[in-house]
Amino acid sequence: MQRRSFLQRAALSVALSCAGFSAGALAADTVKVGVLHSLSGTMAISETVLKDVALMTFDEINASGGVMGKKIEAVVVDPASNWPLFAEKARQLITQDKVAAVFGCWTSVSRKSVLPVFEETNGLLYYPVQYEGEELSKNVFYTGAAPNQQAIPAVEYLMSKEGGGAKRWVLLGTDYVYPRTTNKILRAFLKSKGVDDKDIDEKYTPFGHSDYQTIVADIKKFAGGGKTAVVSTINGDSNVPFYKELGNQGLKATDVPVVAFSVGEEELRGVDTKPLVGHLAAWNYFMSLKNPENDAFKKKWAAYAQAKKLPGADKPLTNDPMEATYIGIHMWKQAVEKVKSFDPDKVIAAMGGQSFKAPDGFTVKMDEKNHHLHKPVFIGEVKADGQFNVVWKTKGPIKAQPWSPFIAGNDQKKDEPEKK
Amino acid sequence: MLLYLDTLIDRVAVASRWLVLLAMLLVATHAGGAVNPETIRDLALGEGDARASAIAAIVASGDPSALSLLQSMKDGDVKTTGDDRVYLIKGEEAVDLLTGKTVKPVPDNLDDLVINNRLRRELGMAIAALRLSSTERAARLAAARELQGGADEITLPAISAALAAETDAEIKNILALTQASVQLSSNDKATRLAAVRALAQSDSGSVKTLLLALLERKGGEYVERDAELRAEAERSLRAVEQRLSTGEMVGRVFSGISLGTILLLAALGLAITYGLMGVINMAHGELIMIGAYATYVVQNIFRQHFPGAFDAYLLCAIPVAFAVSAVVGMVLERTVIRFLYGRPLETLLATWGLSLILIQSVRTIFGAQNVQVENPSWMSGGVEIMTSVVLPWSRIAIIVFAGGVLALMWVLLSRTRLGLFVRAVTQNRGMASSLGVPTVRVDMLAFGLGSGIAGLAGCALSQIGNVGPDLGQSYIVDSFMVVVLGGVGQLAGTVYAALGLGVVNKFLEAWQGAVLAKIAVLVFIIIFIQKRPQGLFALKGRTVEA
Repeated sequence: MQRRSFLQRAALSVALSCAGFSAGALAADTVKVGVLHSLSGTMAISETVLKDVALMTFDEINASGGVMGKKIEAVVVDPASNWPLFAEKARQLITQDKVAAVFGCWTSVSRKSVLPVFEETNGLLYYPVQYEGEELSKNVFYTGAAPNQQAIPAVEYLMSKEGGGAKRWVLLGTDYVYPRTTNKILRAFLKSKGVDDKDIDEKYTPFGHSDYQTIVADIKKFAGGGKTAVVSTINGDSNVPFYKELGNQGLKATDVPVVAFSVGEEELRGVDTKPLVGHLAAWNYFMSLKNPENDAFKKKWAAYAQAKKLPGADKPLTNDPMEATYIGIHMWKQAVEKVKSFDPDKVIAAMGGQSFKAPDGFTVKMDEKNHHLHKPVFIGEVKADGQFNVVWKTKGPIKAQPWSPFIAGNDQKKDEPEKK
Repeated sequence: MLLYLDTLIDRVAVASRWLVLLAMLLVATHAGGAVNPETIRDLALGEGDARASAIAAIVASGDPSALSLLQSMKDGDVKTTGDDRVYLIKGEEAVDLLTGKTVKPVPDNLDDLVINNRLRRELGMAIAALRLSSTERAARLAAARELQGGADEITLPAISAALAAETDAEIKNILALTQASVQLSSNDKATRLAAVRALAQSDSGSVKTLLLALLERKGGEYVERDAELRAEAERSLRAVEQRLSTGEMVGRVFSGISLGTILLLAALGLAITYGLMGVINMAHGELIMIGAYATYVVQNIFRQHFPGAFDAYLLCAIPVAFAVSAVVGMVLERTVIRFLYGRPLETLLATWGLSLILIQSVRTIFGAQNVQVENPSWMSGGVEIMTSVVLPWSRIAIIVFAGGVLALMWVLLSRTRLGLFVRAVTQNRGMASSLGVPTVRVDMLAFGLGSGIAGLAGCALSQIGNVGPDLGQSYIVDSFMVVVLGGVGQLAGTVYAALGLGVVNKFLEAWQGAVLAKIAVLVFIIIFIQKRPQGLFALKGRTVEA
């Protein structure tokens, strides 16, 4: 503790002494922003591309004149999939690097870890991934989906005639906060639709689980009792052995469809998708969407990936959290330019009501009050080439409900942050 | 109310399909009708119900090309340009299905049709119904299997007709069961009784549900009034349940053995380096990982240079994985580990450091992301021994492979000169050395052998799991667990421990879930090692800790 405060003081004094010489000149034409994504460890698979897409967006903004005439200078740190390290790095970004905003985090557990830091220091975090809701902080803007923008519509689709009319449900997830909360919401939702407890089977596996023989055999057995669908909240690279096992045991999407909330184009990169055709994923964006914004976005990303020689540049893929990162950065720029200030309180006030023409083909809007985006929902089926074929979508963007009405007591909660 | 409306809609849908069927029978008598372009437009660009009836109409048309049309639709070879044009793509040219004209070259703004699971299922059923009259046995068998899960009163006549004409016993059996499961809801008591009796031969979970429905009670009264039928249903149910539980047991034991052989492969190399040589090798997991990456590289070479022989890449990858890991292992032994023999703590730290270096080098060379290792085609899918039990080929192949590796290792250690030397050195280094055994060389070769076997494990693991720089980390704890539980210095102990842990783990998992099973196994091992530190099988006599 002592050592840290000493370091902080040292850093502060260095910063102060430097300020006298150069800060005036430097600060005039650049602004620092933080990028807080794991570049090593288990989550590197998903988060590395988010760092890259953030850097691409900064380049794009800088090329067109920067933010209020200032060039963005990115401070990239690596919290290494280590949840407490996320908090430390966040504090470093805000107090030492004095960044104007931070773009980062993937897992809910990492977000929960940095949340007290952002609230204490009055920082600004843009969180780009779908999550379980049940949170609303003044200092965070959530550009991914809340449960009513992903999980609930997906389950409704599977219940419908087109989706197969499922009567029994397997809720399968990795054992941590996001799947547990999502499944709690889904169980309450299914009950409200008249599904019995005996027709719901909830199962969890540890992080990094790789032997899905028993799970798949159990799903088969459960499916003998009536039309069954599987809702998968398996996270990370466990998805690869899970889908391989599904294919090998001959569990076809026409018999038991699996809808996943954490599987996108990037996660399917390592899987032979031919036996998986017809399994589903629900997101707010798919790479296969056809519209001018998405074409431009894909082209920009492909060019960037090739120019920087990123891994996988021979087959550049875009996905939902990448789109959410892109939207978040642009909205931050718009809010800053609206109030002509980088002051977090002013930017937070200006964020509500910002809108942006997004690669999902719609003009998405930041809600005036609840810090979440209004987003369209797409349900896609896996194709043989690993892309998704949209089989259902909402007519337009829908409003997020961070406090799910299917959890008791949430009707008391306000649809805006408590602290002002 | 809503429910009622639903059933009404269902009834209407069923009725309309009946009409279609009637039409089908009528048309079938004047066979050779062509598919109407309107129908194709409905099928390709219509909405749910319109598409379903289009499929029925195509089946009913009796057009000889119906089967190939539906098949290419299902395979995604039918595409649209979006302006009400539907094309069938045939390599370099496309056929406009609405006008019948051939277009060359293929239009470049083609979009895939939206095919959802409902349509895919309807297509599958229609194709299967058409294939039931195929002359090839395999096609008929596949069709009968396909119809098994989705037969209804509409496909019943087709099934009954096929059943009457079928000569093959296996197909006949499947069709009879399918027919019985539909006839269960017939109005004729004799038919239902016969159906219930026939279903006693089934081994499928959905049949169990059907039979259970007959025995369901609502408010103290049976839903099914007929006592005779209930008695039959109970008898059949017991037979089906018997078969189902046998199937489940077979499946559990199989997955237990499969997990056991994976543990065995991962631990076998360690059984030599740690078990026999006493080196606490924390980099063992990374040697497995290197084997997996070697497989990946061989796969890529085959894909680039010999795409025709792609399915054989695995056979070539086996010796390569062994060689690469063995060489890396021997280099480690020569440069680091040999200076640390007899100093377990330093060995532990040094090999742990080596493991980090190996992980980081692989990350630098291949990137932090997982790499894709594709199964050869003969390893995907599985063999269906019962309706509910499918044994995947990849697992069977790994079990056989592990058996082979074990046998080779046993021969090597107990039947060759090198094996004799290795045993001599591990039992009494000083004595072996004074008898002229080149202990330094034997150490190197034994360590190389253990590492090479780790490489083989990596080759096998690449077929069922993820290949990434962290691959080894998830196996190192399991490997040590197996070796310690089995008894250090004992190969037989390693085999029993691996298979035992695999089967116990799988039974616990079925009972209490994967998370608790993992915890329970660890707790069990902690307690076991407390009570019996020497492991399951301990070496007795003077050889211990010479």
